[in-house]
Amino acid sequence: MITGLTWLLGCQLVGEVLVRLTDAPVPGPVVGMVVLFVVLQVRRAADDVPVVRVSDALLRHLQLLFVPAGAGVVGYLSVLREDALPVTVALVGSWVLGLAVVGWTVSLLGGRER
Amino acid sequence: MSWLTDSPLFPLVLTLLAYQAGRSLQARTGHALAQPVLVAVVLVGAVLLVLDVDVADYRDGTALLTFLLGPATVALAVPLHRQAHRLRGLLVPLLVAVPLGALVSVGSAVLVARGLGGDELLQRTLAPKAATAPVSIALSGENGGIPQLTAALTIVAGILGAVAGPAVLTLLRVRSRTARGIAMGSVSHGIGTSRALAEDRTEGAFSGLAMGLIALATSLVLPILLALLL
Repeated sequence: MITGLTWLLGCQLVGEVLVRLTDAPVPGPVVGMVVLFVVLQVRRAADDVPVVRVSDALLRHLQLLFVPAGAGVVGYLSVLREDALPVTVALVGSWVLGLAVVGWTVSLLGGRER
Repeated sequence: MSWLTDSPLFPLVLTLLAYQAGRSLQARTGHALAQPVLVAVVLVGAVLLVLDVDVADYRDGTALLTFLLGPATVALAVPLHRQAHRLRGLLVPLLVAVPLGALVSVGSAVLVARGLGGDELLQRTLAPKAATAPVSIALSGENGGIPQLTAALTIVAGILGAVAGPAVLTLLRVRSRTARGIAMGSVSHGIGTSRALAEDRTEGAFSGLAMGLIALATSLVLPILLALLL
């Protein structure tokens, strides 16, 4: 587990350093994801590699990691009550629009295989 | 008693218990609404309100969990690695659809909020909500929004995807696994991705990839769109 975790944090660190060196407007962990992807591809990693097992375990509980940020909504209940209509409609509306535009565009441009 | 609220133990145990409750509800009912993150946010929110706990203290106490979002994002390379053979034919659709999705998400959120009387602060706070939480928080701060409110709205956008994403995509007649996954990750980031992973391996992998790309595209598009629209 420690080996896998070291890989994940190491890739994130590389990502953060790259972002700062190049001043790219990308989040460090996303660059870290690309770094790990390249490593896995080059090594043709199988499912029993430590980093793969730790990643699977972490991703199984991905939703847990968002709970603190979500519960922070409690601090803004009065703002939300005041602006309930614009917040709700803008959030849901732009979510549906984004989902439709991306889904249709990919289908149209050839993401057809099931 | 003050040691209880000063130590991260109480916030962490509260969060884990609420999440466990959400998981067992999901296992028992199998209902789309029973997303562990949704159940947990409601339970934790209620406890914070009832016990009158400062949200900032709760956030500090759970910093450990929030920190793990970084390595968890890196971990999304794994499902992608398993689906890498499908990637080649999808480069063009991805490079067109994801930036388009970022434009539509940011633009429509700003315009709809304004049309319904939301002020500029609210528009700037809503704009980055499709990007994954650490990114949307940073973008909100850099572009004149309220970062913590953006964080919460981002989670709501994610929960929307986990609860309703697959059903809405079916209504929209988006059938291919790759298109469904890319759409899900583009509007509902990690939370949508966790539902996509539960639906299908291909969907999950591409949702994770789209989540990364949309974060990048939103970072690039947001300052320009805000300058144009506001």
